[in-house]
Amino acid sequence: MSAPSLTPHDYLHAQVRWHPLEYIFWLATILPFFLFPNYLSLASQIAITALFALSLDLILGYAGIVSLGHAAFFGVGAYTAGIISKYGYGDPLFGLVVAALLTGLFGFATSFIIARFKHLALIMITLGLGFLVHELANAAHWLTGGADGLQGIKIGKLLGIYEFDLWGRTAYVYSLVMLFLIFLLVRRLTNSPFGLALRGIRENSVRMPAIGAPSDAHIRKVYTMSAAIAGIAGALLAQTTSTVSLGVIDFQRSADVLVMLVLGGAGMLYGGLIGAVIFMVARDQFSGINPQYWYFWIGLLLVGTVMLLPNGILGGLSHLYRMLMGRRST
Amino acid sequence: MAGQNPALTSDLAEGTTTLGPIIGVLFDGFAYGMLLFLLSVGLSVTLGMMNFVNLAHCAFAMLGGYVTVTLVHRFGWPFLATLPVSFLAAAVMSVALERTLYRKLYRASELDQVLLTIGLAFMSIASAAYIFGTVLQPAVTPAWLRGSVVYFGINFGVYRLFLVAVGLAVTLVLVLTLEYTRFGQQVRAAVDNQRMARGLGINVDGTFAVAFALGSGLAGLGGSLAIEIVGLDPSFALIYLVYVLIVVSVGGLGSIWGSFVAAVLIGVSDIAGKYYVPQFGAFMIYFVMIVLLMWRPQGLFGKR
Amino acid sequence: MTALATRNVNKSFGQLQVARDISIAIPKGERYALIGPNGAGKTTLINLMTGMIKPSSGQILLEGEDITALHPDARVKRGLVRTFQINTLFPNLSALEAVTLAICERTGDASTWWKAVPSYRDNADEAYAILKSLRLGDHAYRTTRELAYGQQRLLEIALALATRPKVLLLDEPAAGVPPEESSELFSVIADLSQDITVLFIEHDMNVVFRFASRIIVMVGGAILLEGTPKEISTDPRVREVYLGGAHHG
Repeated sequence: MSAPSLTPHDYLHAQVRWHPLEYIFWLATILPFFLFPNYLSLASQIAITALFALSLDLILGYAGIVSLGHAAFFGVGAYTAGIISKYGYGDPLFGLVVAALLTGLFGFATSFIIARFKHLALIMITLGLGFLVHELANAAHWLTGGADGLQGIKIGKLLGIYEFDLWGRTAYVYSLVMLFLIFLLVRRLTNSPFGLALRGIRENSVRMPAIGAPSDAHIRKVYTMSAAIAGIAGALLAQTTSTVSLGVIDFQRSADVLVMLVLGGAGMLYGGLIGAVIFMVARDQFSGINPQYWYFWIGLLLVGTVMLLPNGILGGLSHLYRMLMGRRST
Repeated sequence: MAGQNPALTSDLAEGTTTLGPIIGVLFDGFAYGMLLFLLSVGLSVTLGMMNFVNLAHCAFAMLGGYVTVTLVHRFGWPFLATLPVSFLAAAVMSVALERTLYRKLYRASELDQVLLTIGLAFMSIASAAYIFGTVLQPAVTPAWLRGSVVYFGINFGVYRLFLVAVGLAVTLVLVLTLEYTRFGQQVRAAVDNQRMARGLGINVDGTFAVAFALGSGLAGLGGSLAIEIVGLDPSFALIYLVYVLIVVSVGGLGSIWGSFVAAVLIGVSDIAGKYYVPQFGAFMIYFVMIVLLMWRPQGLFGKR
Repeated sequence: MTALATRNVNKSFGQLQVARDISIAIPKGERYALIGPNGAGKTTLINLMTGMIKPSSGQILLEGEDITALHPDARVKRGLVRTFQINTLFPNLSALEAVTLAICERTGDASTWWKAVPSYRDNADEAYAILKSLRLGDHAYRTTRELAYGQQRLLEIALALATRPKVLLLDEPAAGVPPEESSELFSVIADLSQDITVLFIEHDMNVVFRFASRIIVMVGGAILLEGTPKEISTDPRVREVYLGGAHHG
């Protein structure tokens, strides 16, 4: 490689610039209004799940924290929004704020435990915390409705005007806008020095303290943010469907979001989004099949992804793209 | 949901003295702990040796269970005779998977190992559901292992006594193997410091393969023995994985004693929790695990 | 003025004692070499000094201040920095990103999540300048894993320099680098400012005698002796350690 004509500033700008494909992606999210008007409820579910996957990508794809219990935050957010709506606080945006704050606080508290562990112990702690929260929700049925689900949810109108209709129009606009806004925030974060530090933690957690990085503090920060975002996603679910059951907080949900993120490709922001789309659409299409068989194919997909496509679909595609385009220095 | 199987605590109801329930809980907990030990020890040792996170471990246990069920109900085999077969079946299956898939991921990230093995676990659950259906399998215990005996006015389940006997026997064999055989020494060296062991000329990969097969075989044995205590259905592979992981992380990787102590601790906590505080029973073990890991992140007997 | 000192530092892992009563004092601006056979405990000593391991007893002092209780990253902030014998880098970050990260951590900018990296022009300029001074300027935009081994060793040093160290601990900086390339590496080290105190672990005696003002010899976890290159090269005990087969640990 001969002397680069690129200044360091040009180079760094190129790393954070918006790629044309990104514009196409976001424009495409408007298509369901025209192409699939009967599927807007599903579309809003997908947007919510994509937001959840994005929150997991922050800790897994960027900081390298493998969590098998992230649904705990999703569930706390969902239950929070649902519960306060029973007591007259049904305004959706208000519910989002409260859910984000509460879940963020919960995430902050658990982050102190999380930051202390690595490897298997960390995986176990996240698994244990997930189960613990699930059992709590189950046991506290005076609050959560337990196995019967939360009763009496009363969600108000969005901005005081738009009711959540049966066709899912309001739901989709609402979820999509929240997804986009939070995506913008997360994108900014990953392009910041803090984002670089997170990548450093994932790439080599031993080197980080050796360059003076307070890794524990960084991890606590990102974990709290991730929890809050997952909580917002959960609250969105509660508000758009007016139901909250134990399914929002169980291991299945934690495992599914992990599968989606890995399928799409972790550490690229769009991987979780694309994985969510593919997973949810496939599940909807194959919903007729016995659930056992669904999990056979998911299992096979996981095995295939690990053995053949270690960076998920997005990673594989970008690898292909780079191969086809030849080597270029940005 | 796991652990709500009445078979777990049925004997307790028949305690005939006031001391009965406490001894009964301890005994049942210890017996359950023996079962957890059989299921967990293989994973602990292989994790300690190669740091390979095998979340399909309980799928091997499930395989052993289904082998026993098939042999007993379809081919009329006596229960005891099926135990070595389920051990072998699980061991063979593990070797096949190790050769083809696992060994490619020894240096891969934890996440990749987790995903691969969870994927395999999912596939095994779906396959079991396809072949055997999702129902709880009927009991396989022969008449002479059922019922209970009374000592000092307390009821002890015969099957649980059998379980304790098998557990202690296996523990003895494992400890002796580890201390006095060359294979055992190689395992200990590899758990202690893999790089140094290689440097000393120990064939770590080969030792690992054998340990892995043995550990999986023990899981298969555990799966067969579990049928009477907790029942067998396709969800076994994931539900008991959680318990096993708790035992392994609390006990410390690569430690037989660690697995033993942790298994007993978890077994007793679980039974005691469910008996004395049923509303929060399921809580107990997660709470115990988190507290213990916070106190000693490497487990009770783990290294460093 | 003493830049770095240890006082009666001991460390045992159960029965195994890897550091025995280590007491050294390195004056500011000096170039010290730490030599000894494999397994003597040299890297362990660096790990103890930087806080990666806690001593069983004894103290570590940086410019007179007791830092024994400080976390590794706090010690780096106070100027005690080390490089690793085996490349401990960020495989998927480019060289520029890695050094920029180190600078951002130093300046505290790494806690900011709402401003993009490109807006930190000074940090990027400084990172590029460091890379250029190590002759890595042409490779600044390449991913770390794509760099040649020798270049990665230089990046190890770049990361350390980005933290503006007062005391630099180099663990076999030229390990694995062919002799033709290692001279370049050592000229970089020799050019380091006199304000930086350097302690380096090295096996090549030519390098040691060229660059070190004083040498510490470690055997079996303890300091055998300390002296000028002349004293060390003529000391019979050192000969015995290296040639006489005094195997420890």
